[in-house]
Amino acid sequence: MAQHMNLTLKVWRQKNDKSKGQFVTVQANDIADDMSFLEMLDIVNEDLTRKGEDPIYFDHDCREGICGMCSLVINGRPHGPKYGITTCQLHMRSFHNGQTIVIEPWRAAAFPVLKDLAVDRTAFDRIQQAGGYVNVNTGGIPDANAIPVPKRVADEAFESATCIGCGACVAACKNASAMLFVSAKISQFALLPQGQTERYERAQAMVDQMDAEGFGSCTNTGACEAECPKGIKLSNIARMNREYFSAKFFREEDVHQ
Amino acid sequence: MSNSKPVLSSSLGRKLIMSLTGIFLCTFLIVHLIGNLQLFNNDAGYSFNKYAYLMTHFAPIKVVSYLLYASIILHAVYALILTLKNKAARPVAYAQYDGKANSKWNSRNMGILGTVILVFLATHMQNFWWKYHNDQVPYIEYRTDLATGETTSKELTASEFRDYQETIENNVEIIKAKDLYKQVDFAFQNIGLVILYLISMAALAFHLIHGFTSAFQTLGLSHKKYIPIIQGLGVWLFGVIIPIGFALMPLYFYFVK
Repeated sequence: MAQHMNLTLKVWRQKNDKSKGQFVTVQANDIADDMSFLEMLDIVNEDLTRKGEDPIYFDHDCREGICGMCSLVINGRPHGPKYGITTCQLHMRSFHNGQTIVIEPWRAAAFPVLKDLAVDRTAFDRIQQAGGYVNVNTGGIPDANAIPVPKRVADEAFESATCIGCGACVAACKNASAMLFVSAKISQFALLPQGQTERYERAQAMVDQMDAEGFGSCTNTGACEAECPKGIKLSNIARMNREYFSAKFFREEDVHQ
Repeated sequence: MSNSKPVLSSSLGRKLIMSLTGIFLCTFLIVHLIGNLQLFNNDAGYSFNKYAYLMTHFAPIKVVSYLLYASIILHAVYALILTLKNKAARPVAYAQYDGKANSKWNSRNMGILGTVILVFLATHMQNFWWKYHNDQVPYIEYRTDLATGETTSKELTASEFRDYQETIENNVEIIKAKDLYKQVDFAFQNIGLVILYLISMAALAFHLIHGFTSAFQTLGLSHKKYIPIIQGLGVWLFGVIIPIGFALMPLYFYFVK
């Protein structure tokens, strides 16, 4: 039998990207502990809608931890109090009856609040568009082993590619730095043969775009790695630095215009 | 013309400056500690004062010392630039932020620890560097009988002292020098200064426990073979041995001498 609980939510409400937001206290009553955090918000929103009030805006999509849409800083932690999960994978059993839960949006200049808890993460898209692709036509699926890639390298590239672009790294970082995201995207190409052609141009273009979006700089606190739902490692940031400095100091490739 | 942004106006370029100047300052600490261990010699400052003269008058050392001053300034200025940019990257702060869940407190407070060290450096330079260079220290003469190896010393007045001199007359070595040792002894009779030194060395320890390893991550050096060695050096050499070594100096003069 599911345990039921009553909670007090302190939710950030903000009309739009121009207005100043503030915290609003909302009651969440009769919440089952086997609900996900987003299902709890659904219940709260149904209540608000029935009362004729504006429901709380929050991002979500797949609700199985693979799309990267859900966000929320819950009691001071991106994606809530557990490690290695997204908010949709967080269950209400992680909270107790009578608890007050503070819910805030990702806070970064590069992620402006659109409404309430939903932020604009298209800065990540623009970074990706600056160089996170392979220009050559790759054709159909190649035969196995037609392009030799050692297992260790393939695994590493795959681990970097598991980044879902949710932005928890930016949310967790005290400097709102996007370096874990950018480095994962640079790494997944830098490690594989298909990514070599544009390797050095990519590192420069993506770092330039990251800076232009107004993200902060890494101070190697490791908060991003700890809060990443996909366990993207800090060693990616070291690789990005290597790629960028190699491009700047030892290569003549420049950003294409 | 380059299409990509110049290295030094990128976030990674600024971090590179922090990293290189930081590592250089760390290597300086090793030399500074080893040289200053001569303060523990019970020889009325004979070896220390000779060493102080060498360090201020030997041309290659002078070149390195100017590099050192430049590194301190660059490290502080770039830290300020990066901090301001990082603050601008999160204009609205979190109402609740659980930093200890994902990172160590010293990694999040490098700026505060660095500021303590900068204040310390100003006091330190004023007390010893400035006074030494501006003839505000006492003078001393050592006479060593080269047959017996016995050294006697006596204080000189400003009029008796013209310049540093090292001569041998009748098998007696005569050294006239600025008595920085006496100045050290005098300064460390002030309990306030001793406490400032102890606090500053604690700040240095926590700054370097994060900073030394962090500098290598910024350079892109990350490898499972040598990173444990760098982490070990960062914690034990720069976080424990060096700060404790320096902290023993004021304690020695206050309590023992």
